[in-house]
Amino acid sequence: MAQHSVIGKPLPMTDGPGKVTGIARYADDLAVPGMLCGLILHSPHAHAIIRSIDTSRAEALPGVKAIATGKDAPNPYGILPIGHDERVFALDKARYIGDNVAAVAATSPEIAEQALDLIDVEYELLPAFFDPLEAMQAEASWIHAERPHNIEKEYHHTFGDPDAAFADCVFVREQRYYAAGVNHAATEPHSTLAIWEPDGRLTVHSSTQVPYYLHRTLSEVLEMPMSQIRVIKAMVGGGFGGKSEVIPLEVAAPVLAKKAKRPVKITYTREEVFLAHRGRPITIADMKIGISREGRIQAVAARVVQDGGAYCGYGPVTVLYSGALLGAIYDIPAVRYDGYRVISNKPACGAMRGHGTVNVRFAFEALLDELAHDAGIDPVEIRRRNLLKAPCITVNGLRVTSYGLPECIEKVVERSGWNQKKAKLPPGRGVGFACSHYVSGAANPIIRSNMPHTTINMKVDRDAAVTVFSGASEIGQGSDTIQIQIVAEVLGVRPERIKLVSADTELTPIDLGSYSSRVTFMAGNACIAAARNMRDQIFAAVAQRLGCPVADLDARDDEIFSTRDPKFHMSFDDAVIAAIDFHGALVAQGSYAPPEESRGGKHKGAGVGPSPSYSYSAQVVELSVDRDTGRVTVHKITAAHDCGRALNPINVDGQIIGSVYMGLGQALQEEMVWQDGRQMNASLLEYRIPTTLETPEIESIIVESIDPEGPFGAKEAGEGSLAATIPAVANAIYDAVGVRINSLPITPEKVLEALREKEKRERAGASGAGKEGAR
Amino acid sequence: MTKELIRLSINGESYEVAVPPSKLLLDVLREDLGLTGSKRGCDDSSCGCCAVLIDGVPMLSCAAVASCCQDVKITTVEGIAPPGTLDPVQEGWMVAGGAQCGFCTPGFLISAKALLDRNPNPSLEEIRVALSSNFCRCTGYMQIYESVRYAIERAAASRAAKPAPVGR
Repeated sequence: MAQHSVIGKPLPMTDGPGKVTGIARYADDLAVPGMLCGLILHSPHAHAIIRSIDTSRAEALPGVKAIATGKDAPNPYGILPIGHDERVFALDKARYIGDNVAAVAATSPEIAEQALDLIDVEYELLPAFFDPLEAMQAEASWIHAERPHNIEKEYHHTFGDPDAAFADCVFVREQRYYAAGVNHAATEPHSTLAIWEPDGRLTVHSSTQVPYYLHRTLSEVLEMPMSQIRVIKAMVGGGFGGKSEVIPLEVAAPVLAKKAKRPVKITYTREEVFLAHRGRPITIADMKIGISREGRIQAVAARVVQDGGAYCGYGPVTVLYSGALLGAIYDIPAVRYDGYRVISNKPACGAMRGHGTVNVRFAFEALLDELAHDAGIDPVEIRRRNLLKAPCITVNGLRVTSYGLPECIEKVVERSGWNQKKAKLPPGRGVGFACSHYVSGAANPIIRSNMPHTTINMKVDRDAAVTVFSGASEIGQGSDTIQIQIVAEVLGVRPERIKLVSADTELTPIDLGSYSSRVTFMAGNACIAAARNMRDQIFAAVAQRLGCPVADLDARDDEIFSTRDPKFHMSFDDAVIAAIDFHGALVAQGSYAPPEESRGGKHKGAGVGPSPSYSYSAQVVELSVDRDTGRVTVHKITAAHDCGRALNPINVDGQIIGSVYMGLGQALQEEMVWQDGRQMNASLLEYRIPTTLETPEIESIIVESIDPEGPFGAKEAGEGSLAATIPAVANAIYDAVGVRINSLPITPEKVLEALREKEKRERAGASGAGKEGAR
Repeated sequence: MTKELIRLSINGESYEVAVPPSKLLLDVLREDLGLTGSKRGCDDSSCGCCAVLIDGVPMLSCAAVASCCQDVKITTVEGIAPPGTLDPVQEGWMVAGGAQCGFCTPGFLISAKALLDRNPNPSLEEIRVALSSNFCRCTGYMQIYESVRYAIERAAASRAAKPAPVGR
């Protein structure tokens, strides 16, 4: 087969010109005549009954056009059908510091702010729960009365016979790991502009990754048919999961707009972004792994407690991912998983890049590193001995169709110089190794239905421009560009000919949204289907006009030609005219739903984890540890990622490096710091995401395993590399100075304390100290 | 609130606006003048998304009071190249992956342009330091460095092709 003409090329992002000239319009950049400023009143208490709300003084303030409280929008909602436990404004009680109590729309921000001060709320304080382990022991004052002991959900899964398997193991280790809560910290704070149209319809422009779910939720809360609501995704300044469920301001602005009969815009401050949160939960993972003398993993048992915050959100999905994705990376015959999603009086957690897998992968890969040392096996070699033999179905029912992990491992070992460096660098300097993986979209939708996960419509008219209508949400990951490349490749036209209309519920068919790394795989496959349909129509007309068999036709670079006889050819423009004369205006459709075989097992909770395909990553981190200060300096991270096929290598490299970067932030410096339910660092100055100065060289290596079902063999690139970075850092610290830090983030204080403990043990000549010191 | 008539020189144009005396330059740009290229990403002047050039020096427009900016030349992302053209840093960010979500891009372009205007051939370390006041959450910075390198080469090539320098 001839090489592709568009696929695999580093096409610059098609929305780049708007981004570099300042013309691109994010939600807060939008303004319409008569627009009001909306502000939200947040609860100052972590857990309190709302006795009364008196808005009369605020209403009397000139310039105030609407005030909304819980009574104005009492219908509950939530991203999961089993978790409709939030209301846009608290109805009965506030459940965290920052919970939404009321909102004001006024003619200026100053007036809106004054009005918030004039709303009188009478609270009755309740005992509050901030620690997940304490919260789940509570006998009374539960945060949601219908959730006894503050447990949102618990799952208990057993595959194979872990007890028997552990009994046969030569080396078994068990360790508790802790991960602090982290936030997406996308640079764009959330913003929503709601326009109440004169005909009683509602138009909402929002910074969302999931316009379809927002559309549904608005219909439920406002009690309006979906047909009367239009949701348009604006340019989105990063999501990482933080915009992948309905965020309170996205409902508050429409409620205010409906009341005021005026357009209302609400834009969060950075502090409010942290209050809305939906990030990665505080996680306590008790991990147990057993291996044979040869280093074969025999069994894994994990007990995971996640501090989900005050509302359900994606919670049950997060805790299920943590268990399910113990599988599909190594060959593990026996698994026991006990997962608890706990409710606390803190902002709700949700989906964040690497959803559910990251903290558990840290625990697994760090513990496997310890076992490798126990067994005297190189940490890379122990992973080689536990590889899957794809295609296969894992013990927990996950279908693996393509598996580039072996190649990732070998590439990263070679490029990082692992064999020359492991346990051979000068004292204080070390290398660490770890692997990770992720889904290419969830095989089962959040809301059970037989609807395709993506549908693409396409139009070609006499101007020979190709217009693609896609519901997929560009959030900076490059999905618009990838879809254009795929359509261009199938139609055999240049990408400049294609215009993509995306994520506008009035114009584009339903796509489930940009989360769980599903867009390239699912919207990509739908694009192929639609473009093939379009191509068939055009080819039929060309074959008739030229008098050659349709089966001989192919297309490339705006030219349609016979692969058998060069005298038969026609330009794309002429072909379109021929086809329109033949068929009338051209429209085509394609859709994608994951195949039945990819949808997983039948046990309770089996719906989460299955994916049509999995990506893989292997990484080596090289770093130094300052023994006097405990400070860790990372010198280089080498990351190899199996993305199936790199449809656009610049995008894929950007996604790998960005994932590693975010993992590094969580490994060493990011942490939401809490005191009595109040976040003490809800600002970008104090919640320290890495700058250029804290970011080392990151080298990305693309591995292409060509997935049998992916579009042109592609699978996900945007999340799978995050999780490996954290344990690779932890393992490198052990290689450098011989201490294990099992708590994230790995701050200088923790390193220093561990070094002092180790020195104390060594001075005391305690037994086992020699074994623990690497050298 | 009493407003004050102030005169600002932005992207080579002169603007007169009536604003409260304490209004921040970023808010005047975005709300009064429709120049929404400069972004607000934080509450505490930490993210760099609102950077503009003030007499060629990158400054945070969220930390500048507009009425104090009347005697300076302000350049925003909308004005770093003449209409219909792109500055080499803009080209670099477009083709080398510097912009993913694009929200931090205006601030980075301002910092990068200021750097290259005073040092047309910076080292990697000089680039890292010059861009250390701008947060990017998407890229991990590697492709931002590539974008700067692309801009350096483009600028050098155009200087070689056109001996008489244009602009600063």
